[in-house]
Amino acid sequence: MQLEFLVSQFQKKDEKAFEKLYNMYSKSMHGVIFNIVRDHELAEEVMQDVFIKAWEKADSYNSSKGRFFTWLLNISRNAAIDKTRSKAFKKSSKNLNSDYFVDIIHSSDNLGSKTDAIGIKKFVDKLADKCIKIIELLYFKGYTQKEASKELDMPIGTIKTRNRNCIQELRDSVL
Amino acid sequence: MNINEYIQSGILELYVAGQLSEEENKEVYNLMLKHPEVLKEVLEIEAAFIKLSNSLAPEKNVDFNLIKAHIDHNNKVVSLPKQKNRNWITYTGWAAAVIVGAGLFWTLNQKQQLETEITTINTEKEFLEIQIEESRDKLAETKNLLNVIRDRNIIKVPLEGQAAYPDAYATVYWDESNDQVYLDLQGLPEPPEGKVYQVWSLLLDPLTPTSLGTIDDFLQDDNKIFKLDNANQSQAFGITLEPAGGSQSPTLEQLYTLGALASN
Repeated sequence: MQLEFLVSQFQKKDEKAFEKLYNMYSKSMHGVIFNIVRDHELAEEVMQDVFIKAWEKADSYNSSKGRFFTWLLNISRNAAIDKTRSKAFKKSSKNLNSDYFVDIIHSSDNLGSKTDAIGIKKFVDKLADKCIKIIELLYFKGYTQKEASKELDMPIGTIKTRNRNCIQELRDSVL
Repeated sequence: MNINEYIQSGILELYVAGQLSEEENKEVYNLMLKHPEVLKEVLEIEAAFIKLSNSLAPEKNVDFNLIKAHIDHNNKVVSLPKQKNRNWITYTGWAAAVIVGAGLFWTLNQKQQLETEITTINTEKEFLEIQIEESRDKLAETKNLLNVIRDRNIIKVPLEGQAAYPDAYATVYWDESNDQVYLDLQGLPEPPEGKVYQVWSLLLDPLTPTSLGTIDDFLQDDNKIFKLDNANQSQAFGITLEPAGGSQSPTLEQLYTLGALASN
């Protein structure tokens, strides 16, 4: 598989392979990071930190422990959340608790021109409030099932199946 | 395990979100290798979420070169420290001048020595050329002698030792057509100081000696072959020892060798 080859080359410090992986995943990570920090400059800063860190600790990735995408997602979430806990960030007195990823989609004017974005908008428009919250917590904020069930006041088993249905709706809209 | 039920359970969505335990991660990984439908499901979940998160990314991408600039520092080319060149050049210059000066002096000295050697060698060369010329002459002479001796028209006359010196012997080669005789005097002893050998042509009846000449350079001659004129009707040849300058008639007491022509 090409991905496995790229990842193994990346782990051997092949910059070309790294660039290809970057082109595959950087936009997604940028979205994840921006959704958390909600600041363009900070998001770019975190982006650099994330990918430099990924390069430096490339050895720590092992495909049997998860997807390469998931590995990057973890680094990105943690780096972005760390950023929101910094003094400088707190001084800017942003209150992000009530924000969800859908706000970005609703507020963006640029999305209209892109095919994917149309699907995303349709998906978001009809998406149940519970789905938005579950996806936000599990994927963007990195909550565990237990933490999510507590946050949303929902049994753990329900989180799992509800999430499955929400992602199925997303797949139906964009794939 | 029912794979469909496994897929429907929602565990794969949590797998992509990174919310499973280490054991569960391994389980999913192994099932993906075994069951293509599990892998396909994971890839679709991942792709769907990538599209969702892509739509959240700001328009302006982060250039990979920004990241590259940070990871490149390991490959930086280390620039060599600049050397102080001036002293090095100065010392080298002076050293070169000294070497060239010494070289010139040495060359001049060599030139003079060589000129002397050339003069010496030229002298030696001239000397050798003379020797070679002499050798050529001798060789020509010897060849000529050899031809004379081999000539069937030459009359060979062996001379036997006589009372004065019984061990002496000599040979006369008489070239009648040219009126010349060649004398091989290898078998004669060195004449004492103040004496020379004198060669005589003889008629036997009555005994009439005619002098052919004296051998004045007996000591100096290497091959002891001498040439004399002989226009006489000789019947025999004799060699006597005479005072330097020769005698009018042979001193028979000092007859060293004597030989007659073979009678036909």
